[in-house]
Amino acid sequence: MGKVGSAKRIEVAKVEDLAVGVGKRVELQDEKIALFRLNDDRVHAVQNSCPHKQGPLSEGIVSGDHVFCPLHDWKIDVTDGMVQAPDEGCVKRYDVEVENGTVYIVK
Amino acid sequence: MMREKLVLIGNGMAGIRTLEEIMKIDKDRFEITVFGEEPYPNYNRIMLSKVLQGDTSVDDIVLNDYVWYAENQIELHTGDPVVKVDTKKQVVYSENGIKRPYDKLIFATGSNPFMLPLPGADKEGVIAFRNIKDTETMIEAAKSYKKAAVIGGGLLGLEAARGLLNLNMEVDVIHISDYLMERQLDAQSGKMLRQELESQGMNFLLEKNTDSIVGNKRVEGLRFKDGTSIDADLVVMAVGIKPNIDLAKKSGLKAERAILVDDYMQTSAKNVYAVGECAEHRGIAYGLVAPLYEQGKVLAEHICAEEPSTVPGYQGSVVYTQLKVSGVDVFSAGKFVDGENTKAIRVHDEFEGVYKKVVVEGDKVVGAILFGDTSDSPRLLQMMRDGQDVSEMDKVAILPSEAEGGSKESPVVAMADSEIICGCNGVSKGAICSAITDQGLSTVEEVKQCTNASRSCGGCKPLVADLLELTTGAEVANAKEPMCGCTDHSHEEVVEQIRELGLSHRREVMNVLGWESDEGCSKCRPAINYYLKMVDPINNEDDHTSRFVNERLHANINHNGTFTVVPRMYGGVTNADQLRKIADVAEKYEVPLLKVTGGQRIDLFGVEKEDLPNVWEDLGMRSGSAYAKALRTVKTCVGEQFCRFGTQDSIGLGIELEKKFEYINTPHKVKMAVSACPRNCAESGIKDFGVVGVDGGWELYVGGNGGVDLRGGDLFVKVETKEEIIDTISAFMQYYRENARYLERTSHFIERVGLDHMKKVILEDEQGRKALIERMEVALSTGKDPWKEIVDSEEKKKELFEKKSVEV
Ligand SMILES: Cc1cc2nc3c(=O)[nH]c(=O)nc-3n(C[C@H](O)[C@H](O)[C@H](O)COP(=O)(O)OP(=O)(O)OC[C@H]3O[C@@H](n4cnc5c(N)ncnc54)[C@H](O)[C@@H]3O)c2cc1C
Ligand code: SF4
Ligand code: FES
Repeated sequence: MGKVGSAKRIEVAKVEDLAVGVGKRVELQDEKIALFRLNDDRVHAVQNSCPHKQGPLSEGIVSGDHVFCPLHDWKIDVTDGMVQAPDEGCVKRYDVEVENGTVYIVK
Repeated sequence: MMREKLVLIGNGMAGIRTLEEIMKIDKDRFEITVFGEEPYPNYNRIMLSKVLQGDTSVDDIVLNDYVWYAENQIELHTGDPVVKVDTKKQVVYSENGIKRPYDKLIFATGSNPFMLPLPGADKEGVIAFRNIKDTETMIEAAKSYKKAAVIGGGLLGLEAARGLLNLNMEVDVIHISDYLMERQLDAQSGKMLRQELESQGMNFLLEKNTDSIVGNKRVEGLRFKDGTSIDADLVVMAVGIKPNIDLAKKSGLKAERAILVDDYMQTSAKNVYAVGECAEHRGIAYGLVAPLYEQGKVLAEHICAEEPSTVPGYQGSVVYTQLKVSGVDVFSAGKFVDGENTKAIRVHDEFEGVYKKVVVEGDKVVGAILFGDTSDSPRLLQMMRDGQDVSEMDKVAILPSEAEGGSKESPVVAMADSEIICGCNGVSKGAICSAITDQGLSTVEEVKQCTNASRSCGGCKPLVADLLELTTGAEVANAKEPMCGCTDHSHEEVVEQIRELGLSHRREVMNVLGWESDEGCSKCRPAINYYLKMVDPINNEDDHTSRFVNERLHANINHNGTFTVVPRMYGGVTNADQLRKIADVAEKYEVPLLKVTGGQRIDLFGVEKEDLPNVWEDLGMRSGSAYAKALRTVKTCVGEQFCRFGTQDSIGLGIELEKKFEYINTPHKVKMAVSACPRNCAESGIKDFGVVGVDGGWELYVGGNGGVDLRGGDLFVKVETKEEIIDTISAFMQYYRENARYLERTSHFIERVGLDHMKKVILEDEQGRKALIERMEVALSTGKDPWKEIVDSEEKKKELFEKKSVEV
């Protein structure tokens, strides 16, 4: 696994703990993160706070690569953190690595 | 090269259409300048009715946006009327001091609404209905005022009245004649129209002559010549229009009712033309877009022709009118009044509420009125335009929809290519069909862009859709409302396919129906999930990933990501034990707010997500479904148990209802109430199902709504026993479950299908009612308390509620 410089891998979950289509909340100290296991078992992580009014994205409906914010239905691509039109903005995304069924966030 | 200078006064529908026609013929011929008094680009005035009725927004009715002017290098001055024209020097001057010379000048100044010169007509709150500003004024007024009066029971007045009703105002329509739309209808159809609109909630004051408008600064009411009066805090005058010809007259153009023009729209001044409502041709100033567009076309051809006299002139138009009020089909054209030399074919079906009258003079159709079923209108219009000899035709050929089963086939099938589909824009069937095939069009929107058909009043959209279907053989998306952006299929079609093909999973539905996105979106996913379970409650599984968070986690999400817990209290009745438990839980989990709800129970606000299962377990109460598209609560009054007025056991019936229907999924939330007497302490009049105890029985009200769209429930039936109430609700709710669109409240559903229809299927059809109740029982058998299910399942708790905290 190409660890670059001082990047550090933090174990956050087992893949089997993540249900497809249901976000999982993870707290790394003060950082609130939403983990998503997509249909094809890719795992992605974004900040658990919608750029609109901080809605918890982990509670949104997940469809394909997107999550729909539970508060006002903004649509966000969890793979790159981009808010989809007609709304605008982006949410912080995290690099995720999966190895032997363990999910790591790379920082 | 110096281009000729063309100046247009009036940035409205007729003027801009004329420019479009000119540029179609020769894009670069003129250097064009447009002056418009209104501060907008050209918009679709007709659609103001629809804006007022809430069907569309001001932004959506722009016909030519600013980009269009720029792209076509048209110099546009909005909010700047022309105030002076010098026809000798050929120069116009605007209010803001802009001066432009012209080689050709077009007047397209439209009309002004006619305001009755009544005492008090200058008070605040007295307006007309002509432009965006008027529309916005009405929408704004509806926010703070309740009572509207519309003066004028013609087309415009009725469309305004319908809009004001949609804005939750009470509406009185004052009309001078003894029936509505007397310029388009006869007494019979006028009466039918009145009945229909009364059932929609309009109140009519016929044969009333307004004497004055009373009030201080703002209008407070109307006084009539007969001494009576009414209250009103908004008055809309819709009594007619007056061609806007002040500027033309000042400039020395000859005018009578409007600016006089010849067959080429030339006025009395050299190089000056007039088009639209401000023009009078052979004694007629038209007030509908179809003739104005015809004029625009003639004018364009004339202005661009090398040899002007070679093009045929304008010959006048056959006009027709349609009322744009949803649920009412009215069509009228030509000479519809019986005369000495006329005979009429009349069809009057009181059961269906249909009336048709076709007036024949000699051997030709000269006029028609259609009420309730207007499918014959294109054909009749064509007969009138062509002056077709009908002496040898039988009745069915003149009114094909009266033929056995004839109404099922779209009227476009039988039309000749030359027949006009879009009356406003004069687009024929042939023109649309060839555009579809030549340019490979597949949606109504594309046809509109390409041919102008359905670009104005939109009334012909269904016909255009039929043509698309006919021509391409494909199902057409735009005729109906697609479920969401992922598909062209409507809700109804999806349900039909689920039933017919026995689909059982959302992926299957999306696959089979060709969804455009892999996994759907937040609109279609919950809808499909609902439909699957509704169609087969026993075998189809609920997919909680398709549910909105509240229904997945069985609590209401708050703005800060915490949740609200609402335990069930049947009929709003509680006891010391429940209250103690709630108190204990509130302390233990430090619940920030406890509040008594409108639904007669107690909310625990601000619970953390991970605590939810424990809170439920500690409460030991059942879920109140306060978050669900399901039965919420049954509000009850105290009734005979203690109240001195109550003669019925409202609490008992309420609890019974709540227990029976507590976990049934419905298209949208459902609320109920039971009051034991007409004082109605439980507010049964604004619930989906509201029961009121009366002497010797119960009344059931349906379709009430106390929320965004305030609506009083309709009295559905009066029965003697509780059992009958329960059965009726059961059948009604099942019919609603099966036929409403997902997220359609009962109030909207009833408005869509009609109360009479509901009475027919629930009260009159004994067989059908029994079957509905049976299907409801099947669905009810699958209802479970969701809290208990989660409390009992470690797996679910972990999947749904766990939060991971990681030390770094
Ligand atoms: C609510 C409503 C519903 C309607 N429904 C229908 C329908 O269903 N079917 C139908 O066929 N018709 C309908 N009509 C009528 C239709 O909208 C008109 O016939 C049509 O808009 C007239 O076009 P016009 O260009 O002649 O006038 P307008 O569209 O009124 O355009 C004239 C423009 O000229 C501007 N102007 C005036 N004087 C000056 C000046 N001195 N300098 C610069 N600008 C000036 C005005 O401000 C206005 O913007 C409806 C009208 C209304 C108000
Ligand atoms: S609705 Fe009638 S019976 Fe019920 S509490 Fe009110 S007054 Fe008493
Ligand atoms: S907070 Fe996410 S859409 Fe508003």
